[in-house]
Amino acid sequence: MVDLSINIAGLQFKNPVATASGTFGNGEEFLDFVSPDRLGGIFVKAVTGENRDGNAYPRMAETPSGMLNSVGLQNKGVDFFCREIYPRIKHFTTNIIVNVSGSTIEEYVEVAEKINELDQIPAIELNISCPNVRQGGMAFGVVPSVSMKVTSEVRKVYKKVLMVKLSPNVTNICDSAQAVVDGGADVITLINTLLGMAIDAERQRPVLATITGGLSGPAIKPVALRMVYQVYKSVSVPIIGLGGIMNATDAIEFILAGASAVQVGTANFIDPTISIKIIDGIKNYMERHKISSVKDFVGALKI
Amino acid sequence: MAVKKLVQDLRVINNKRLNERHFLLELLAPEPLPAMFPGQFAQVRVEDSPDTFLRRPFSIHSANKENNSFQLFIQIKGAGTRSLSRLRQGDKLNVIYPLGNSFSLPTSDDALLIGGGCGIAPLLFLAQFFHRNNIHSTILLGFRTKQDIAGTEEYVKYGNLLLTTDDGSEGEKGLVTGHSIFQKENFGFRYIYCCGPEQMMKTVAHFAAIHQVNCEVSLENMMACGFGVCLCCVTPTDKGNERVCIEGPVFNTKRLKWI
Repeated sequence: MVDLSINIAGLQFKNPVATASGTFGNGEEFLDFVSPDRLGGIFVKAVTGENRDGNAYPRMAETPSGMLNSVGLQNKGVDFFCREIYPRIKHFTTNIIVNVSGSTIEEYVEVAEKINELDQIPAIELNISCPNVRQGGMAFGVVPSVSMKVTSEVRKVYKKVLMVKLSPNVTNICDSAQAVVDGGADVITLINTLLGMAIDAERQRPVLATITGGLSGPAIKPVALRMVYQVYKSVSVPIIGLGGIMNATDAIEFILAGASAVQVGTANFIDPTISIKIIDGIKNYMERHKISSVKDFVGALKI
Repeated sequence: MAVKKLVQDLRVINNKRLNERHFLLELLAPEPLPAMFPGQFAQVRVEDSPDTFLRRPFSIHSANKENNSFQLFIQIKGAGTRSLSRLRQGDKLNVIYPLGNSFSLPTSDDALLIGGGCGIAPLLFLAQFFHRNNIHSTILLGFRTKQDIAGTEEYVKYGNLLLTTDDGSEGEKGLVTGHSIFQKENFGFRYIYCCGPEQMMKTVAHFAAIHQVNCEVSLENMMACGFGVCLCCVTPTDKGNERVCIEGPVFNTKRLKWI
């Protein structure tokens, strides 16, 4: 009998599979396909201070084994989330983790403070890949000192489990990781999307309205795995890994590399039931390898 | 739309090549079909290549409740549609359906249906639906040339068929939007349903606005998921950015930022 549960920074996950922000809505959108109660967690769509309409269309491009997106954090703002969405999803018996995004440190703090008041939300995931308008649009996550600053300002107002989602578009992911740990992060989630571009040769134009966008899908898995492996060796906080996970084997690779849990993202678009298949596949793997508990194979990569 | 979305493996019961660019796939569901309405679409998985990572969306072309089957009318455009054109009877296809909203019933007893390119796909289902509801359809379809005409034999069973070809090899010469029906002194239709290239739909929408005719179009925005979560397929409307896969693909043209 295997035990799929794992405790991450004091938060109990019934299994190590969660769904990634921006790929699973608020959970309600998937009710025809997946019962949210079966998941270890749901990272809900990014919430910002005010309503955001998002970027102009086209917002996506298909790429080999992946896709680019530049949605632009379309959401109705934190007040709408607290008032309208939260009451409808708070009864799900899974960890509902709110992805917090912003353009200024003040905005991150405002959102975190309001989410802190919601009883059934045990954690937030700070999305530091957002462009910092005060620093010419460069992402918060690109400069370690800025990453540390935004984390520590949020830490002052957010009393529960603070997860920080790292951007891979950096020179040294371990410096990023250390910076957010220094800022008070309880958990690190990585990776966010890789910055990429697509061109329509016939029209001689970029495919995306914003020219560049975030690459996700199987194409980025080797980068994500490498970064999880490196960060696992360099910091001591637990890690949740994501980036191109399409099946249970992929998820297991992330766990072996050092992730205590995984997030499934883009794969949900291809097969909306994939998260459940991954949970079942991990269980099957543990039975075959006689692993009784998930924590027994976190970081168990044999070097 | 309270009908549950399904993810199912369907069997190909027929792949009929209509001409060089078009084919008709008939798919058999493993269970009784859910309620499906004209305008709705299916997200089809094409599994053989890294270049067909995302599903491809196709309008429901027709549905047969007695057989538990439905048809997709497909135009070959790229790697995904080329792969689907090679499917054989008995092959399995994974599909998410039914998706999106649907065209609304007119309050008049007749309607004008306009289609161009692969936009003609949902219009057969619509014409069949109107026929069952005693609404008479005039169906105006545009093709590039006579050899490109595909699937029109079915339409004549459900309404009055009019054709245009760019080169005049069949029907009236020119674009669909240039058909003589639009020049009539008294354009009698109160309801237009249109699907095809964006420029064609915009021209029709403009005409409809001037003549105060109700007009619904079906949009074809690029989508990753097809069921409302990726937020890639949005179109600007009078209520902000709306998802073509959930609040669409059918929109009343008054609501779009076109006119």
